[in-house]
Amino acid sequence: MKKKELIVLQDLLGTNKKIAATIRGELGERGILAVNFMSSPGAGKTSLLERIAERLQATAKIAVIEGDIETERDAERIRAIGVPAWQITTGGACHLEAKMIGKVLPSVDAGIDFLFIENVGNLVCPASYELGEHLRCVLLSTPEGDDKPKKYPKAFTTSDCLVLTKVDLLPYLPFDIEKVKKEALGLNPRLKIFVTSAVTGLGVDDLIGYFRSARQELKDRHA
Amino acid sequence: MHELSIIAGLFDTLQEKARTHKAREITLVRLIVGKLSGVVPDLLESAFDAYKKGTIAENARLEIEEVPLKTRCRACGAEVRKEDFDIICAACGSKDLEILQGADLILERIELNIDEPESPISS
Repeated sequence: MKKKELIVLQDLLGTNKKIAATIRGELGERGILAVNFMSSPGAGKTSLLERIAERLQATAKIAVIEGDIETERDAERIRAIGVPAWQITTGGACHLEAKMIGKVLPSVDAGIDFLFIENVGNLVCPASYELGEHLRCVLLSTPEGDDKPKKYPKAFTTSDCLVLTKVDLLPYLPFDIEKVKKEALGLNPRLKIFVTSAVTGLGVDDLIGYFRSARQELKDRHA
Repeated sequence: MHELSIIAGLFDTLQEKARTHKAREITLVRLIVGKLSGVVPDLLESAFDAYKKGTIAENARLEIEEVPLKTRCRACGAEVRKEDFDIICAACGSKDLEILQGADLILERIELNIDEPESPISS
């Protein structure tokens, strides 16, 4: 018997990154902007998506992929407002992976303009998995507290935008918006920050505008 | 807790390497875990121990090297080792930093036991 040493130097998240890159490229060629929504459970991802979908579907074709451990509940909410939605139930896994998105994509209409992916509610693990998105949005709701960016840095350092949700509750909470903005920008100076409420509709149009210009840039890149 | 799915992926790679090199067993697996990789070394170890039974790496030792976050400033060129996650240059205050190290999870090397071919009898 002989001992052999083998230098491998392989990125263990590499398989997922490769699948994600293929998905990103294919969607980009078709002019579809993919957005990955990440947050802790209950931060308001589905409610925000409902508001976005209600307003955006008048002028654009959209589809939604929902990730949860169990149930079709979120997909049903999106379908109820007339937007096609697919539910991925991970059966215990705490995040979506690119290959799960790859399995759903063949059944999604190839002529859509926007694909929104709502990740499993979790501020930790989803950050390590690219799904083929062009934009990554991390949501932070005011009841969660203003100390979260530094506690869960990867979700913030890997995102393109930070969406503060439930700001209609600010009068009742000790949540310092400026402190959060400063801390988040300290971690990631490239973050675009949006202040929103799914109840009052505050900030939803700004966010839609941001997605629209990102899609235009994507189309220009692939033109 | 996504360490188990990472370890499942690692074992796919280990099986493939063992097949390619016709190894009888894998005796060492060495990983480099970046501080900003989003992976917890202790959880990786537990997942590895749970997963290895009955595989080619059943008796393998797992070594994990944790590496800190290291950045280079695109404005002034300073290379800094960071304990914190702030992406701000300590030398010039610029926010335009490039991550050199500390964001990855890498399978660095493995050690295998390989059956030696019968040596030809020389006269």
